[in-house]
This record gives sequence, C-alpha cells and structure tokens, in this order.
Amino acid sequence: MSRRTSGLAIEAEGLTRSFGETRALAGMDLQVPAGTVYGLLGPNGAGKTTAVRVLATLLRPDGGQARVFGHDVLSEADAVRARVSLTGQYASVDEDLTGTENLILLGRLLGLPKSAARQRAEQLLAAFGLTEAAGRQVKKYSGGMRRRIDIAASILNTPDLLFLDEPTTGLDPRSRNQVWEIVRAVVAHGTTVLLTTQYLDEADKLASRIAVVDHGRVIAEGTPGELKSSVGSGTVHLRLRNADQRPEAERLLQTTLSVPVQLEADPVAITARVGGDGSALDASAQAARALGELSRAGIVVDDFSLGQPSLDEVFLALTDRPAGPATDERDDELEAAR
Amino acid sequence: MSSDTATSTGRAPTVYVPSSEALATVLAPGARPPRPSPLSASLTFSWRALLKIKHVPEQLFDVTAFPIIMVLMFTYLFGGALADSPRDYLQFFLPGIMVTSVVMITMYTGVGLNTDIEKGVFDRFRTLPVWRPAALVGMIVGDVLRYVLAALVILGVGLVLGFRPDGGVLGVLAGIGLLVVFSFAFSWVWTFFGLVLRSEKSVMGVSMMVLFPLTFLSNVFVDPSTMPGWLQAFVKANPITHLVSSVRAAMAGATDSSAMIWIVLWSAAFILIFGTLTMHRYNRR
Repeated sequence: MSRRTSGLAIEAEGLTRSFGETRALAGMDLQVPAGTVYGLLGPNGAGKTTAVRVLATLLRPDGGQARVFGHDVLSEADAVRARVSLTGQYASVDEDLTGTENLILLGRLLGLPKSAARQRAEQLLAAFGLTEAAGRQVKKYSGGMRRRIDIAASILNTPDLLFLDEPTTGLDPRSRNQVWEIVRAVVAHGTTVLLTTQYLDEADKLASRIAVVDHGRVIAEGTPGELKSSVGSGTVHLRLRNADQRPEAERLLQTTLSVPVQLEADPVAITARVGGDGSALDASAQAARALGELSRAGIVVDDFSLGQPSLDEVFLALTDRPAGPATDERDDELEAAR
Repeated sequence: MSSDTATSTGRAPTVYVPSSEALATVLAPGARPPRPSPLSASLTFSWRALLKIKHVPEQLFDVTAFPIIMVLMFTYLFGGALADSPRDYLQFFLPGIMVTSVVMITMYTGVGLNTDIEKGVFDRFRTLPVWRPAALVGMIVGDVLRYVLAALVILGVGLVLGFRPDGGVLGVLAGIGLLVVFSFAFSWVWTFFGLVLRSEKSVMGVSMMVLFPLTFLSNVFVDPSTMPGWLQAFVKANPITHLVSSVRAAMAGATDSSAMIWIVLWSAAFILIFGTLTMHRYNRR
C-alpha cells in the first residue's frame, strides 16, 4: 500500500470539548484534503490548539468524531500516531538535551537502530542549518533555531500529516521566512500540513485552503481567494505625492465614493474600501471615478492599486471584530484538566 | 541581533538559508522501521534520564548532600540519648535513615514529571507510536539509579562513622536491593500526583504531607514498644516499618520473612494501583 494517501487526511464532525466553563470546541467540522497545507486561522483562544490536540490524539473530545487517514483518533489512536507528528506551540523537544541527543532519542523511539538514528540526526541537523549547534543544549538556542530543531524532530519519520501549531509566533521576520520555506518543502514532498496561525498573511501565503475558526467553530472555509471575494469588496490603496494634499483627497474620496476612507500611518497613504454593498458600480469603475476626481482637483497620485481585501478585513467582516489577542488556550486547558 | 546568534560568541553568524536539495534528502520517505519493543523504548527513555543528569549534575545534590545531612544530624542528635553512644545507635539507625532518605527522594520523580509536562516535551512523547508506559517507566528507571547512589552515599557515611553490619557485603547489597525495589514501586504514587496536581509546588506539598508521617511514625528512629497503643497500630501497618525491618534484618545477616512478604505485597499493590491510575491519567488528558 502506498505511504501517501489521496483523498482526505482529516475528517472531523461536530467535535466538542470543554474545560470547565470554557467551551474550547463547540462543534467543529473539518475536512482537510491530503497533500496540501491547510490553515486554521483564528485569534488566540478560538479553539485551534484544542482542535490540533484532539486530532493528534493528545486530548479526548467530549463529543463528535475525528478520523485521520481513515483511522479514528480514539479507537485507533496508535494507527494515527504512526502517521502524524506534532510541533506544538511550546517547545516539543527536551531543552536540557543537545540537538543531536534530541534527534537520536526520537530516532530510537521510532525504531531506528543506534547508528541509523545518529546518521539521521546528522542529516537533519545539516539540512536545517544546525550542524554548528548540534552539540549545544536546546535551551541555549535562539527562537528560530528552536523552531527548526522542533520541526526537524517532527519530520524525523517523514510523517504523512504534520501538525504545526503557530509555528512562527514570536519569530523575527527572517526566521519566519525560513519556517515558511521549510513548510513549502515539506508539503512538496507529499506530507499534509495542518497549520494553525493567527497571522492572516501567513495563512494567505502558505495555505491552499483556510478554515476561519472562532469560538470553537469553523465560521468560514475556502481558498484564500474565495474567502476574500466572499466579503464582496475590494480595496483601493493610494499614495499621494504631497502629504499636505491628503485631507483634501480624503474629503474627495468620501464624497465621490461614499465609502469609508482610512488614513494610513504613512502620511501620504490612503485606503478606501470599494465595491461594497449598496454600491451601483463595481469596484474597478468606482476606483476609476475616484482617480478622475483626484486628478481634476490637481492631486498627484504616485502609486495606485486595486486589490482584494486582506484577510484581516475578511476576519473583521466575519466576526465583527478584529483578530486580536484573547486568552491562552493551552493554559486554560492545563488549568482545567487538573 | 540576528535570530541565529543564541550565544554571544562575537563572530558573525552564518545565516541559514533553507536549501531545497538538502531538505529533499531528509524528506524522502524511507521505509519505516518496526516499532521498538516495550523494553527498548523504556531503555531509550532511561537514557534520556541519564543525559539529563549529565547536563544538569546539580540535580544530584538531593541524592548526595541531603542523605549525608540526614545521617549526621540524627546520629548525633539521638545517638547519645537513645543508645549509649552515636556509634551504638548507628548500628540500629543506619538502615532506617537509609530507607527514610531514599523514600523521601522518590518524590522528585513526581516533581520532575510535573515540570516535564509543563514544558511540553511530553506532548511529543505522547504522539509517538510506542508502548505507552515507556516514557514513565524509563523515567523511573533513571531515578532508580539516583536511589542506588543515595543508598551508597549513606552506606559510605555510615561506614566512616562506625557502622559495622553483621550481614557483610551480601547482606548490605540485599538490603539495598529491597529498598530499591520498594522505591521503584513507590515512585508510581508520585507519577500519579505529578500528573494530577497543578504545579511543582503542590506536588512537593502533598509528598511532604505523606512522607513525613510515613517515615517518622515508624520504627526508623526508635523501637515502637514505648509508643501508645493507637500509634503502635499505625506503625505496625506502615509499609515503611516493614521495609525498615526487612532491610535491617538483611544487613544484620538475618531474614525477616514476614516483613519481606509485606514488602512484596506493598510493592505489587503500589505498581498495580498507582501504575494503573497513572497510565489512565496519562492517556486521558
């Protein structure tokens, strides 16, 4: 039988789980196609981590069903474990051990003989740019290196499904890019990736499908493009030559478009949502009209773009509130589980 | 600073650029090896415990300094009053203080597990397709080495102070053997509390509440015959009393078979009850 399976990597129906008063999962449904990066997008406390922990056999759901490659996460937990790997939000390697020791430990636990485990460890450390740090304790690693050793540990057995729980939270932009490159390589080799994130651009860049999660439930699902167009409006970004013309530009845009206009932090930038509900014209026609009005008024526009709304705006439209921080889920869980 | 300089070595760091070729070699799916046997998985986890001792040797403080303090303190505190001299008292007392110290050290198993879980590394262990108890068994096997070390330190101090066991080398080894077997079994009480309780501190608190009465209300320090009846009843039922009796007998070159049978029963009960409760808890969370 082939190691890689087409079809669905994850099927979950009506998953529920409460921690005391908190309903972390309130009937979550998920269908994750195999061989893709699937994004679970939502603010802290939305239920993403709880969902991942249920799917990775770490936590029992109170209700509902979940199958990973056709295996039930409760009754066939061992079969699920043989095919998945988890990189948790918190370091899932032993910080007291060195990078090499961590990887050898896992290799041995996955059944590799001693020499093969060592060889595999060296290979992984080299591929993840950690050869120099191989003999150092993981607690002395930087955030980016720690993430990499964590992911290296997760792909030691080339899993069919990899859970990445907020892999770039707290990383600097360069380390974040490195993680993205790694994720792309992992999925290119046939591993399905379930990625949770609170960063909209991360889901946008990596995931081929996204489920927007809020209050323990999937509130929207689709490709990034579908999600954006479901909100039904575009965004015009303008950069003016002179900052002192901005107030007038703002007034003009407001009157001609009768849409919300936003002043950006950059003193020459201005943004307007177009093509929204109740507008007679489509987004491009509205934008053209706005440009005409501005040039008639002698306002020079240096840069102009018409784009889909950002996922930020999608999230805002779906939940009526911005994707902001809430409580920390795993802490809730640790609290409640005891 | 850059993300790749964890230690301030002063030299410019080489920036890691993920290379698709290098990643391709590690991502090519190989044949999956068969899963390791329960024994091999447990031994791998005890290797982890040894590595932790290697990297954090300070943790041996409680199996070296603490026992030495216990022996010295009580030998000279009680020796003159309870026997003719500290040296005479030591002949009676040393097996008892050895049991007390080692049994007290068992609580660090629970504390260690609690910290491990707090850090998240157990999340990875629990997603591995290995024999479920292996992580905990391996951890306790690593701890058994600490128990042996503590017992040997106490024996060493005792010998220096004038402890002369009649049972000779074999008797002493048999005594330590009994103690280690019991401690291994008793550790499962703490793995359970380590999983159930909220923090390292509460694990410590509960352990102390159990361990103090258990070790002091026993035959470790004095002969129970002068105690009031109700206390004698407790002391006689206390597993620590049975353990001390059998270790004392072994080191004196004798055999206390009834105490020995009790120890086997107690050990089996601890593993059966608390081992099961621990695994139930470990699997459920």
